[in-house]
Amino acid sequence: MPDVIEKVAIKLTVNGKAHSLEVEPRMLLVELIREALDLTGTHVGCDTTYCGACTVLMNGAAVKSCTVFAVQADGAELITVEGLERDGQLHPIQKAFGDAHGLQCGYCTPGLMLATAQLLSQNKQPSEKEIRKAIAGNTCRCTGYQNILKAIQMAAQSIKGA
Amino acid sequence: MSSAEDTNNWVGKSLPRKEENRLLRGRGKFADDIKLRAMLYLRFVRSPYAHARIVSLDTSAAEVLPGVACVLTGAEIAKTTQPFIEIGPDPFAKIKDYPLAVSKVRYQGEPVAAVVAESPAEADDAAELVQSEYEALDPVVDAEKALEDKSLLHEDVGTNRVWNGVFEYGDVEGAFKEAAYVVNIDRLHFHRFSSTPLENNVVIAQWNPKDERIYYQCNNSFPSFAIQFLAAHLGVHIDRIRVETSDIGGSFGIKITSYPQMAVCALASKKAGGRPVKWVETRSEHITSSAHGNERTFRDTRVALDKNGVITALVSRHIDDCGAYPRYEPLGCVIWSQVFPGVYRFKNARIDFSQAVTNKCPVGPNRGYSRMQHLWFLERIVDICAHKIGIAADEMRLRNYILPEEFPYTTPNGCVYDSGNYPKMLQVAKSLFGWDDWKIKQAAARKEGRLIGIGIGTTLDSGTNNFGQSQIVNPFLPYSGNSQGANCKLDIYGEVVLAVGSCPQGQGHETTAAQVVADVLNVHPDLITVRTGFDTERNVHTGFSGTYASQFAVSGLSAVHGAAQKLKSEIKRLAAFALNTKEDDLEFGSGAQGPEIRAKSSGKSINYWGLSNLVNANSASLPSDLYEITLNCRYVWRAPFKVPDTKKKYGSLTLTYASQLHVAVVEVERDTFIPRILDYVAVDDCGTVINPSIVEGQVYGATAHGIGAAVMENCVYDAVGNMLTSTFSDYTPITAMNMPKVKYGHIETPSPHSYSGAKGMGEGGAAPIHTISAALQDALFANDIIIEDSFNNADSLFRAMAAKEIRHVVSIEKRI
Repeated sequence: MPDVIEKVAIKLTVNGKAHSLEVEPRMLLVELIREALDLTGTHVGCDTTYCGACTVLMNGAAVKSCTVFAVQADGAELITVEGLERDGQLHPIQKAFGDAHGLQCGYCTPGLMLATAQLLSQNKQPSEKEIRKAIAGNTCRCTGYQNILKAIQMAAQSIKGA
Repeated sequence: MSSAEDTNNWVGKSLPRKEENRLLRGRGKFADDIKLRAMLYLRFVRSPYAHARIVSLDTSAAEVLPGVACVLTGAEIAKTTQPFIEIGPDPFAKIKDYPLAVSKVRYQGEPVAAVVAESPAEADDAAELVQSEYEALDPVVDAEKALEDKSLLHEDVGTNRVWNGVFEYGDVEGAFKEAAYVVNIDRLHFHRFSSTPLENNVVIAQWNPKDERIYYQCNNSFPSFAIQFLAAHLGVHIDRIRVETSDIGGSFGIKITSYPQMAVCALASKKAGGRPVKWVETRSEHITSSAHGNERTFRDTRVALDKNGVITALVSRHIDDCGAYPRYEPLGCVIWSQVFPGVYRFKNARIDFSQAVTNKCPVGPNRGYSRMQHLWFLERIVDICAHKIGIAADEMRLRNYILPEEFPYTTPNGCVYDSGNYPKMLQVAKSLFGWDDWKIKQAAARKEGRLIGIGIGTTLDSGTNNFGQSQIVNPFLPYSGNSQGANCKLDIYGEVVLAVGSCPQGQGHETTAAQVVADVLNVHPDLITVRTGFDTERNVHTGFSGTYASQFAVSGLSAVHGAAQKLKSEIKRLAAFALNTKEDDLEFGSGAQGPEIRAKSSGKSINYWGLSNLVNANSASLPSDLYEITLNCRYVWRAPFKVPDTKKKYGSLTLTYASQLHVAVVEVERDTFIPRILDYVAVDDCGTVINPSIVEGQVYGATAHGIGAAVMENCVYDAVGNMLTSTFSDYTPITAMNMPKVKYGHIETPSPHSYSGAKGMGEGGAAPIHTISAALQDALFANDIIIEDSFNNADSLFRAMAAKEIRHVVSIEKRI
C-alpha cells in the first residue's frame, strides 16, 4: 500500500448546510456522515447493503450510505434523520412511527423513515404491498414490521391530508 | 386521589414511550456514537480454520506500521490473565478459555490477535499484515460425532462431552408397560440460528493507569454477569470495573457473552498507556464469532400414549451443541427443564441430556434460550403422535393440555406454573383465524393437489429464573434465587428520579417503570425521570442485574415498585412533620407547583421541592428522629425461591410462565417448494398487562424472529467447519417481504407470583418455529414426510420430497 493516501476535496450539502471536506478515497459516505460530521443518527448494521440502517436521501433518492463512497457524494444534497424535523416539530413520518409504536430499539428507525420519505415522495397513497416492497431493503429485528407498515400508512394519510 | 394504595391509573395503558423522542430524532446514544479524546481503534485478526494448531504468529510488520499503537496476542494475554471462569464442574472446569486463542484455534473466526491503531482504517491495514501459519486438525462440526471423542477440542478435558445428566421423574417403565401406543422417533434436530440484533457488539474500554480503574461504555446486555467474569480474568477488584450502557440496538440475549471482547479492549487500553480503545464489530464478525443459539439433537425418543392419545411417558436422549467454548454454558443444560413437560400433563419421563463442544461459534442465550429447543421437541412429538394415531392436531392438544383448573400446577420436576388457560387460547386463536373455513379451504386445495397444512404451536416463556438451578449443573456454584435493584429519589429540587438495574434494548423500560412510579406517587409519568441504560456506578445493581430471561415486568418492576413505595413512605413521614399532621391525613397529587402532598384536614400542602429541601439543603429545622430520611431509596427485590434438590433435579426453577399459542396455514409450493405462509395468528397470555402496545410489539417481534428462524435463518457450516452464512445476504434475516400479517389476540390470566399479576414476556417461546413445523407436517404427512428439523426452507423441503426412499424415522407400536 502507498505510504501516503492522497485525500480528495469534496463539497456537499447535508440537511441544508454546506460542507467542504478532504476525504480519503476509501472513506464511505456513512463514515463521513457519522465521523466527519458527527451526525450519528445514521447507523451501520450489516456493511453489505442488506439492512438499510444507513439509509439517507441523496438528491432525493434513498441510498445505503455504507455502500457509497464519500467522493461519490461530491456535489450532492443529503438528508439524514437529523434533517427530517422542521423547527423542532417532528416530520409526519417521525410522528407516525412514534404513534404506531413502529420502533423498539430504534436502531433501524432512521433508515426506515428515510426509505419511507422516498416512497411517499413518489407515491402518495401506497398499497400495503407497495410499502412492503419499498422497505424490503430495511431490516428491523424488533418489530416484526407490523407496526412499521401501520406507521407508514398513517404517515401517508397525514401527509395527504396536510 | 388515594394516599393509602396505588392509584393504578397508568399501569395497563398504552402510554406512548418516553424513549421515542430521542430515537425518532436521530438523537439516541448508541455505543458506536461515543467518541472520546485520544481514542484508539481495535481490529481482531481471526482464524480462517475451524480447528488448527497455531504454528506461528508474526505481528512484527503490523507493529511498525505508522499509526499502530500496539498489538496483542493470545500467548501474551495468557501470561498476565487467568482463563475465564467455567460455570461447569470438572472436567468442564479444565477448559482454558482466553479471549484470544493461545496455542490452537477452535472455530473459524476465533480471534488470535488484536491490532490497535489511531484510526479504524489503520487498524484494518495493520491487521492484514499479521502473518499466521496453522497446522490443520480434524474439525468436529457435528455434536453426535463430537461425543465419539476421535478429535478433541480441549485436550486437557479429555472428552468433548462437557456435561451429562439424567432427568427422570415418575414411573417411566410402568407407563410404557400400560401404553396403548408407543411411538418411536429416531432423530429430531433443532438448528443453529441467531437473532442477530441490528446493532453489532461495540466496546469502548479505558484502563486508567492513574487509578487502575476500567471504564466500559458498551452494549453488553448482562453487565452484572460480565463484570464477575472480567474481574476474575483480569485480576482486578470488581469495584474497579465500571460498565455503562446507553441505548442498545437489540440484543435478544446475544450480547450477554461479549465479555471476551471486553477483556481484550481493556488489556489493549492498558498496553496503550490508558488511552481509550474502541472496537466496533462488523456484521460478518457478529455472525461468525459472537454467539449463536444452541443447536440440539434429540435421539431415540419413545413416547407412550393411552388409547385416547394422552401422552403418559417419554424417554429421550438429547445432545446440545455449545460450540467451541461453553461460556454461559452449561446453564442451558438445566434451563430447558424450566418447561420440562411444556404445556402438557404427562408425569413420567426420562431425558438423558448431554452437551458437546464442537468446532463452531460458541453459543449464547438467544431469545427463547434452551427452552425453545425443548418446546419444539415436545410440539414435534405431539404432532407426530397425533398424525400416527389419527387424532386431529387441535383435539390432540386439548386431550393433553394442563387444564385451567389445575393452576398453580406443579410439574414432574417441581416447577410451579403460576397460571394459564391453554384451551381458551386455542379457542381465541381459532376464532381469530377462521379455523373451520380454513379446514374447508384446505380440503378443497388438497383435492387440487396443493400441499397445504394447518399447524398449532403452544409454548411457554418462562421468566425470572431461580439461579439455584445452576447448582443442578454444578453443585459448587454460589448462585441461587434472583434479584433486581432500583433506586427512586427526590433530587435536590424535588424531581422524581428513578434508576433500575436493567439495560433495555427496545423493551420500553423507561416507560413502564415510569407508569409504575406514577401510580405509586399519583403523578404524571412525564414528571418522572428514568435513567437510561445501565451503570454500575448508580449503585442499584445486584449480581443478577441486566436484561435477559423475560423478567423485567416481574423482577424489574417489582424493584421499581418497592423503591417507589419506600420513597412514598419517607415522603409521608416527612410531610406529616412539615404539615403538622398525621400520615393518614395526607394525600398525594399535583398542584400549581408540581407534585405535592396535601393535608386533607387543613388544606395545607408542601411540594416535592419543599420536602427535598428539608432533607438536603435546609435541614436545620429537621428533628433528629427524621435524620434517617434521605428521600433516596434503594430497594432490592428478591424472588421467593429455595435451592432446588440438585440430586433429584427437582424444584421451582422460574417464577412466571407466560404462554403463547400460534396457528399458521402454510403451503409448500409444488413447483418451487417454497413454504408460503397463507395465514397467521398469535395469541399471547402474559398475565396482567402493564403496557398493551409494548406487549403487542414484543409479540410481533418474537413472531418475526421465529418465522425467520423456521424458514430463512440458519447458521450453516460445511463439513470442515467453514461458516457459509457469514453476511446478511447469506444469513437472510426476515424482511417485510417475507413477514406475513399477524392477527394478534390475547387473554390475561394474572400471575399469583408477582405483585401486579404480570408475567415476564418477550422471548415468546419460539412459537412460530413449532407452529410452522406443525403446519408443514400437516401438509406433507400424506407424502410420508416427517418434519425432523426445525429449519425448513425450499431447499430442504425439495430434498425431502425428492428423496427416492422414504426415511423411516418414526414407527408406531399399537397394543390395542
